[in-house]
Amino acid sequence: MKILVAVKRVIDYNVQIRVKEDGSGVVTDNVKMSTNPPDDNAVEEAVKIKEAGKATEIVAITVGEEKAQETVRKALAVGADRGIHVKVDGIIEPLAVSKILQKIVDKEKPDLVFMGKQAIDDDCNQTGQMLAALLNWPQATFASKIEVKERSLEVTREVDEGLETIEVNVPAIVTCDLRLNEPRYASLPNIMKAKKKPIEQINASDLGVDTNPRIEQIKVEEPPKRKAGIKVANVEELVQKLKNEAKVI
Amino acid sequence: MSVLLIAEHNNKEVKPFTYNAINAASQIDQDLHVLVIGYNSDEVAKSISQVPNVKKVIQIDNEIYANYIAENYTTAIIKQADNYSHIVCSANTFGKNLMPRVAALLDTSQVSDIIKVISSDTFLRPIYAGNAFATVKSNDPKKCVTIRPTSFDPAPSTGGSAEIVKADAADKTETTQFVKREEIKSDRPELGTARVVVSGGRGMQSGENFKLIQQVADKLNAAIGASRAAVDAGYITNDHQVGQTGKVVVPDLYIAVGISGAIQHLAGMKESKVIVAINKDGEAPIFSVADYGLEADLFEALPQFLSELNKLNTIQK
Repeated sequence: MKILVAVKRVIDYNVQIRVKEDGSGVVTDNVKMSTNPPDDNAVEEAVKIKEAGKATEIVAITVGEEKAQETVRKALAVGADRGIHVKVDGIIEPLAVSKILQKIVDKEKPDLVFMGKQAIDDDCNQTGQMLAALLNWPQATFASKIEVKERSLEVTREVDEGLETIEVNVPAIVTCDLRLNEPRYASLPNIMKAKKKPIEQINASDLGVDTNPRIEQIKVEEPPKRKAGIKVANVEELVQKLKNEAKVI
Repeated sequence: MSVLLIAEHNNKEVKPFTYNAINAASQIDQDLHVLVIGYNSDEVAKSISQVPNVKKVIQIDNEIYANYIAENYTTAIIKQADNYSHIVCSANTFGKNLMPRVAALLDTSQVSDIIKVISSDTFLRPIYAGNAFATVKSNDPKKCVTIRPTSFDPAPSTGGSAEIVKADAADKTETTQFVKREEIKSDRPELGTARVVVSGGRGMQSGENFKLIQQVADKLNAAIGASRAAVDAGYITNDHQVGQTGKVVVPDLYIAVGISGAIQHLAGMKESKVIVAINKDGEAPIFSVADYGLEADLFEALPQFLSELNKLNTIQK
């Protein structure tokens, strides 16, 4: 089986976001960027499946500006075989990303496409499902466990009420939850080796996909701040405050 | 302009968040129709027809919808989509799984997880785990929108009498099979709609210690939440996770115990009306959002808290 894994470059999950004063977005200059965390889980799962002898090749792909390539390089360092970078500048919506991925799937013909369930920047949670729709493939979203069978996957999904298990025929799209696995760190020798692995660069405009946003971002603002609270001295005071001041118990 | 809302239900009962989504959807346009896709789901269709905000219920009843499979739901929705300007559902795991599949087939760029309807094409939505709010305008002719249920009050469940019309099923997918669903049954209020939530984090140190949380939750008739760290460590099951990649809760009272307050956890609870933090690390970020902070060892504080609650004559339930 061949696995395509999609990764996205986002502001690092530890960074405290700052909103630009002109309301046009958030500050990204000189801010630490990383791979979207659940995308790391997607790469890890693909590598584990390959290590188990059930996959033959892993191709890591990203869609974004020049520096987005770093995320593909990181995937190569933990075990992906080669990379694809579809270059596009500016805001690109999940619908356009899924159309780009569709073009790449048509060309690469993977059996599985993995990616994180949601990107932690725009919090859209759309791309995997959209790609599945465009390809008319089954989708297994929010996966916390994947069992590879002959020509299908049994996937345990995290849902609001608990867990759900579905079986999807291959080819399929899987979007990965953070609990799917524990992503490994790349070792220094593997980071060096990854530098020699090929990354194919493609311009989004050459794929014939319209990447113009359909959603206008009118403004971005800071959320209302909570008023500062107080520290209470002990449990007794806490209960009195909740009872008599906040009146919530 | 008409809005089509996709109901979430289990063929017997309407899921509570459907009522919140109905309220939000009727703010987009008054001409609101609700689509009930299910099997033996007459009770569900009837319940929804009694919501005053609903003008019409469309029921598609077929055994292929006995279990919720996004692929099957999608083809059924697409068959109805021509008549509507907006297709809407809740931004929980039900709607998150479903709506993008619908949107892609309609060639629409979906607006996810809105917290406010500004106009029929303009919405407010949180980004970056709620650390920024974006006002966005959809320029697609047909709009697909998911709604953060906790940001809207539920619509009233009685007083209306909308007509129920039946519609035909669509083709069944052959490539996805439902295997099983493991729902955690509990007598407690649902996490998403509970008035009080008591949550534990990594500081609880073990699943066994969550008993301390349970005792307080019992006393307050509260739901139990958890940070991702506690779920990852196996202290408690995933359906309890509050945060950016878990559930968003807006209770009257949120008590965070042994939770440091990572950005990702705050994303799921910082809109709560009153927040209490109990943590032995006085510098923990959770204190920056807490109305009442108690710097203390939770293993001493929780039993004391319980005994203080026991002293009260009355406790709101």
